[in-house]
Amino acid sequence: MNDKLREVLQAPVTGKGDLIPLLQKAQEAEGYVSEEAIYAIAEKLRIPASEVFGVLSFYAQFRLRPMGKHNVKICRGTACHVRGSPLIVTAVESELKLGGGEDTTSDGLFTVEKIACFGACSLAPVMVVNGRTYGNLSPDKARRLIRKIAEEEHV
Amino acid sequence: MYSDYASLRAWAEGEVQRTRPPDRTRILIGLGTCGIAAGGLDVLTALREKLADMRVPAEIVPVGCIGMCFEEPLVDIVRPGEPRICYAKVTPKSVPTILEEHLLHNNVRKDLAFAVIGDEPYDGIPSWKQLPFFATQRRTVLRNCGFIDPESVAEYIVHDGYAALAKALFEMTPESVIEEVKRSGLRGRGGAGFPTGMKWEFCRKSPGDHKYIICNADEGDPGAFMNRSVLEGDPHSVLEGLLIAAYAIGADHGYIYCRAEYPLAIVRLRKALEQARALGLLGEHIFGTDFSFDVTIKEGAGAFVCGEETALMASIEGKRGMPRPRPPFPAQKGLWGQPTNINNVETLNNIPPIILNGADWFAAVGTEKSKGTKTFALTGKIANSGLIEVPLGMPLREIIFEIGGGIPKGKKFKAAQTGGPSGGCIPSSMLDIPVDYESLTAAGSIMGSGGLVVMDEDNCMVDVARFFLSFTQSESCGKCIPCRLGTKRMLEILERITRGEGQEGDIELLLELCETVKLGSLCGLGQTAPNPVLTTIRYFRDEYEAHIKEHRCPAKVCKALITYRISEEKCTGCTLCARNCPVGAISGERKKVHVIDPAVCTRCDTCRQVCNFDAVLVE
Repeated sequence: MNDKLREVLQAPVTGKGDLIPLLQKAQEAEGYVSEEAIYAIAEKLRIPASEVFGVLSFYAQFRLRPMGKHNVKICRGTACHVRGSPLIVTAVESELKLGGGEDTTSDGLFTVEKIACFGACSLAPVMVVNGRTYGNLSPDKARRLIRKIAEEEHV
Repeated sequence: MYSDYASLRAWAEGEVQRTRPPDRTRILIGLGTCGIAAGGLDVLTALREKLADMRVPAEIVPVGCIGMCFEEPLVDIVRPGEPRICYAKVTPKSVPTILEEHLLHNNVRKDLAFAVIGDEPYDGIPSWKQLPFFATQRRTVLRNCGFIDPESVAEYIVHDGYAALAKALFEMTPESVIEEVKRSGLRGRGGAGFPTGMKWEFCRKSPGDHKYIICNADEGDPGAFMNRSVLEGDPHSVLEGLLIAAYAIGADHGYIYCRAEYPLAIVRLRKALEQARALGLLGEHIFGTDFSFDVTIKEGAGAFVCGEETALMASIEGKRGMPRPRPPFPAQKGLWGQPTNINNVETLNNIPPIILNGADWFAAVGTEKSKGTKTFALTGKIANSGLIEVPLGMPLREIIFEIGGGIPKGKKFKAAQTGGPSGGCIPSSMLDIPVDYESLTAAGSIMGSGGLVVMDEDNCMVDVARFFLSFTQSESCGKCIPCRLGTKRMLEILERITRGEGQEGDIELLLELCETVKLGSLCGLGQTAPNPVLTTIRYFRDEYEAHIKEHRCPAKVCKALITYRISEEKCTGCTLCARNCPVGAISGERKKVHVIDPAVCTRCDTCRQVCNFDAVLVE
């Protein structure tokens, strides 16, 4: 358990209504919700771990596996869709050789997530890489962006 | 702590004088999510550096989004006694020129300036009100967005902020507040359009130990960002609306349920709550009266269904966000079993001006049954993509072709999608319909929260229906069978059609499933999920038939039904496509016509986009 998670678990709680905020903070601390965190939260709120798992698996935000070093979020909102985001997804996934539902590269460098909508629709299609937004993308631009990060990693 | 509005206002005016002296130049920069995404932070750095370098005293004020997303980043300069000059598409490179010319040489460059944000033109630069994008807009909800610093409560107060709350508390009873809202004709802006005043009355009359009020800021509709812009650009107005609503229904605690994908909105809301608490506008004995109320912010965790009232409440209670049957309605038995009222961000934002200016003022705008204005996120294949606010009842054509500036690249308009995954596609033959609750419903769509996505001839309507269905199917919570299984089966049929494997009878089967899912689903998600399919079949049946009978995608979108080919006449053998093809499907020697191997090609469109000679053809 890392220090950040320990800190999250030490804060006072009032009841079951704190479950989702706790999960959010745990994920912030570790980058994902670990098995350890699930049991610790269950104990803290005095509810079964199965209930914690039931809630976290319902919400798209929570992940059960560690995040890659670089986080790529591709917007799949309507405006992005009509302006070609399916092609961006194909380009990024083929560049990183991701397929079959995998979202993280085997070397742990990249995690690619598809997000319902960022609300930056006027810049569609949009992709957010490590917190920075890139708009008006083409498949080629997206591919080059990813390639550049990968190349910097391998220098 | 202030016990009357006049002293609060006096404090705010002093505060604004102190922090933003009128004899100093102000530079406003749009730093909403869209402004930041367009490079606003780099422009901010450039502004700071250049100002320090020039040794000109000026105040940089970050503001919210004025709506012109298509012109971001926006920088406005206001010198003492002069109008506010707006520069569009500013880059770190253009910052030094703009600042030097405007501030040092007194030369407002007409070629660089975009508009005057004021009533009158200035030195040949048009007023923003003369621009087609703004000329017919009417800003009530967006009154402060792009005009005040969203992180300054004093600026909000100076713009009549919290005056409506004071009026409600000191001059009106809760009943008369409800009466005023009822008379205004305001209807819920989250999508369903239920009369707000009536909703409040139900909750007020409902017996309970505590009452709760929730602001629904879970704007999950893909292609919509109206609430995000308001929360980022004018958070106090939402809070003021929430306070007035709480007073009217008798609530002692409120929640703002905001989606986690909007981090900036959450930051600004938190700041607004702190500021309001410090001024005694939130907490015990607000304005020194007997009215006490506080607010908690809850971050959503990524579930579209949580926009549904009962699912949202389940989520606040720490459960899976699944809806439950109604009755009992939230007004009877809501959060933690107590009477609860839920309003959308934009609904609450409309409340302060209604209380301040009166119901008649509000009801003077709009149509007979749809009063007031509505914000829309105008996106997709449209020249002026951005956030707009128009009187309800404005013809769709005017919104798209006058405010929106029409379809770019000379393409033809095909459809406008309103209401997101719960709405439908409106074809060009219906461009003249007035945009109000009744007309959109009659057309098979819904008003929804305000997403308005424009599509052109290059968009395949079967693909659009498949897109929305894949969204609703994956967001279906799985509680009721019609939605869980119905959307899945519908999606399978649509996927089959877009793969060119459609069968005779698929359209009829889809229509039958639509009917069942619509009638049998537990909540609004399932009840409206068939709308995109129903409207595309109703207005674009020929496209479905082309896919099914001729295995052809008329818009050339569906990958299984198109092939890429290089034109022998146009190809110059520059090798650019072959070098860029990610799968090595293109072969050819320098200065010779290249060839695409259809068996290897993934139809990623890269070759067509990189080709400088339009030699890549899609068939």
